[in-house]
Order: sequence, then structure tokens, then C-alpha cells
Amino acid sequence: MAWTRKDLLTMRELDASEITLLVDTAASLQEIAGREIKKVPALRGKTVVNLFYENSTRTRTSFEIAGKWLSADVINFSASGSSAAKGESFVDTAKNIEAMSPDVVVVRHSSAGASEILARQLRCSIVNAGDGCHEHPTQALLDLLTIREKKGHFEGLQVAIVGDIAHSRVARSNIHAMRKLGMTVTVAGPPTLIPPFVGELGVKVSHRLEDAIRDVDVIMMLRMQHERMEPGLIPSTREYSRYWGLTLDRLAKHARPDVLIMHPGPVNRGVELSPEVADGPYSVILDQVSKGVAVRMGVLILLAGSKAAQA
Amino acid sequence: MSPNPPAKQREKAQVLDEAALDRALTRIAHEILEKNGGAEHVTFVGLRTRGVTLAQRLSAKIARIDGATLPVGTLDITLYRDDLDLRGAPVIRGTDIPFSIKNKTVVLVDDVLFTGRTIRAALDALIDLGRPRMIQLATLIDRGHRELPIRPDYVGKNLPTSSRESVAVRLKEHDGEDRVVIQEPEDG
Repeated sequence: MAWTRKDLLTMRELDASEITLLVDTAASLQEIAGREIKKVPALRGKTVVNLFYENSTRTRTSFEIAGKWLSADVINFSASGSSAAKGESFVDTAKNIEAMSPDVVVVRHSSAGASEILARQLRCSIVNAGDGCHEHPTQALLDLLTIREKKGHFEGLQVAIVGDIAHSRVARSNIHAMRKLGMTVTVAGPPTLIPPFVGELGVKVSHRLEDAIRDVDVIMMLRMQHERMEPGLIPSTREYSRYWGLTLDRLAKHARPDVLIMHPGPVNRGVELSPEVADGPYSVILDQVSKGVAVRMGVLILLAGSKAAQA
Repeated sequence: MSPNPPAKQREKAQVLDEAALDRALTRIAHEILEKNGGAEHVTFVGLRTRGVTLAQRLSAKIARIDGATLPVGTLDITLYRDDLDLRGAPVIRGTDIPFSIKNKTVVLVDDVLFTGRTIRAALDALIDLGRPRMIQLATLIDRGHRELPIRPDYVGKNLPTSSRESVAVRLKEHDGEDRVVIQEPEDG
């Protein structure tokens, strides 16, 4: 099985064998983080551009580290402090960057479909690092790598994704991938934050935290995305926390003793997760972050090495 | 791994049978002990996939001869290749060397030595992992056609070949039999 796509835009378009290849490649690259000299020459002479129109710490940094560990030249471009602030359009900016011959452009944008627009317009490879409320495939991949390392397999696992499903690209990418890999997914949250037709993605819906987390192998808590929300979707943060916050007490009463607690970050401590849970023994939140670099190395090397990108 | 799906190969000649392959490995094991004055500070690193198996067999032979258990590591050189662009998206299976190679004599083991480019990549990869005292090269088959100034320290068999032929090392652990054959494309 070899990678043949020019771009990585969504988990929805991938099949199970492509997802497995991405996870396997990332797993093999993890040992580089433990080396004394954290650099291999695989992408020497290649250029990776991080084109970020939205704030990001984890994702941008980990793409940058991933590119540098593979010996690529990595250039960061953020919309503030650039010509985008002077009114240049998204596609114009991207075409100007392409004129400088990058091999891979990693793009984050607040509009769904932004990375797909670039993929159609540019010859170089495009990686979607989050497009609005649509998808965030590399986050799903690092979640999957974390799950497989802790649980040993995917098939038959039960997962609860809890919180603001409506605004979550992390949830959407994970739902697509997990369903293809034979996992059962339940989404849970207040009715205003659950998309009305979410059942069409093949997931169960729950409106009580206690029911959603019972007997599952993995609980994925999502952040309240205040920046994407219209007012009035939840009565108050305090009320949300009372009904949907994951506490040690709730875990002990309702969840399995070997459950994994995941969160894509940044954590709103005391809102969706109590600090004791975020830092507790069930939590794999920092494992997720360290796997992010291996996942992004895998994506960069597969895209930069694929035939489709050179055609 | 190769850019184009390989043409169908037909077997042209058998080079080593099971007994000859085993004798060659036994001789190499003795040579390693002789050249290094024993097994102290010697470690094996095999190149994926069959080099690892051969390294394990050499380690077992040295254990029988000398009583020393030499560690065997696995090296994947995909990230060090100079032909990533020619080969299409790489398949990376990972390096696993769970011991320090610093100040050790590393015997690098591969099944077939050809252009030397794989070994060039392997040397870079090894040196990135630490500073071995010495690196030696063992190969079951040396088929010539070198493109780089690289020569093996231990050879199972020198085998002159034409460049359109290929050499297949078949090992019980992977292929169900111990045998080395020369192959040529069926259309030729």
C-alpha cells in the first residue's frame, strides 16, 4: 500500500487502508523524538510553508518541528502582520507563496473548504490543518495513534465524543475515521450543540453525560468554542460545567476503570474537564501532543514523496 | 518499493542451497570473531528485512561458538535514501536499536550488496544514532556493480551478475526456505 494523493484535506475522503498507512507511518517515526540528534535527511531541499489564518499553538508548532526534524525548510506565515492584513485575498496570497516553489503548504483557515480551494488552485501539496467547523485530519490521526498505542487496536472500540459537536472539526474528522476503522461513536452534548442530522454520520446521540460515558473505551472531551458560537446556545458556562463537566466523581461512578480521557486542547480547566481529570491517571492529553509531531512528520513525508505531488 | 512494478521474474540459477547458506554464515561468524579478537564490544545491526534475520542467525552462531550473546538492532534507511523522488511515497517501518552503539564495533548486515547506495544511507543513519568505534559490513551476496567506494568486510559469496538480473535471498523466516537464486525478467 503506497500513498498516492497530492493533498490531505479530509478524513472523509480516505479509506481505512489509507488511514492505517498514515497511522503506521507516524508510529514508525516516533523513535526520532527519543534520539540524541533529532534530525533525519528525508526532506532535505524541500520547503514547507505554514499558512495560518487562525490562532494556533500546538498545530503550527508541531508542523514546524516535524518539518525541521525531517530537514525541510519551514516558513511560517500568519495572516496578522502580512499582506493579508493589507487586504490581499486568500487565493492571491497563496498563489504568491506558490510562486516561491514550496513543496507542501499547510493551511489553517476559519472557513470550511479553504484548504480544498487551495488544493484545486495550487500544484504543490496541501495539508488541511483545520478549516472552520469542517475537518482537522491531522488531529484525528494523532488521536487514533494515541488510541491504538493504549488499546492495541481499533476494531470494536467504543468512543464518546462530548461537548460542542456542532462547531468541532476535530469531532467531524474523528467520526469519519473512527467509523471507517470499525469503532462505535456516541456524540453527547446539549441539544443546541449537536448538529440536527449528525445521525447520518453513523453515530449515536446522547443528551446525558452519565449515559454517554458508560462502558466506553475512550472519552474525548471537546473545548467550548466561544469564538465560533453565536450567543444563547448555552445558558452559561457554569451551567454547562455542571451538566457536562467531567469530574473524578462522575468518572468513578459511570466510566470503566481503564477508560482513556482525551482532549484536543486547549483545555478550559474547570469547564469541560476538572483539573484532577485533566492531570489524572486516565488522561492522555500530553501523549496526544507528543504524537502530533510524529503524525505531521508522516504526513509531510508521504505527501512530499508521493508521485501525485510531482505530476 | 520500486518505482515501477517489477516485471515477472524467472529463476535462472541456484547459487546457494540450504547447507551452503548455513556454511557461509558459519564462516562469517568465525571471521567476525577472528577479526575482532573475540566478541567483546561487537553489536549487530541488520538492514530491513532480511538483513535483520541474517544478523540474528549470525548472533546465534556466535553464541554457540563463543558463548557471547550479541545484541541485534534493526535499521530502516528509508529516511536516508537519496532517491525519495524516484521511488514515490515511501513506506517507513521504523528503526529499532534498543542499545547504545557508542564506542561499539557495529557489524552492519545486509542480504545483497549491489550499488552501495543502501549502505551509504545506512552509514549516515548509524552515525546519527551515536558514534560507533568502528562499522564493519557483512553481506551474504556481493553481486558487484558498485556506484560508490564501499566494500564489504565479510562476504558469503561473490557473485558476478549482469545488471538486468536480480538476486533473491530466500530465508525460512520469510519465504519458507533457505536458498539464494539468480533471476531474470521473463520477457528477456
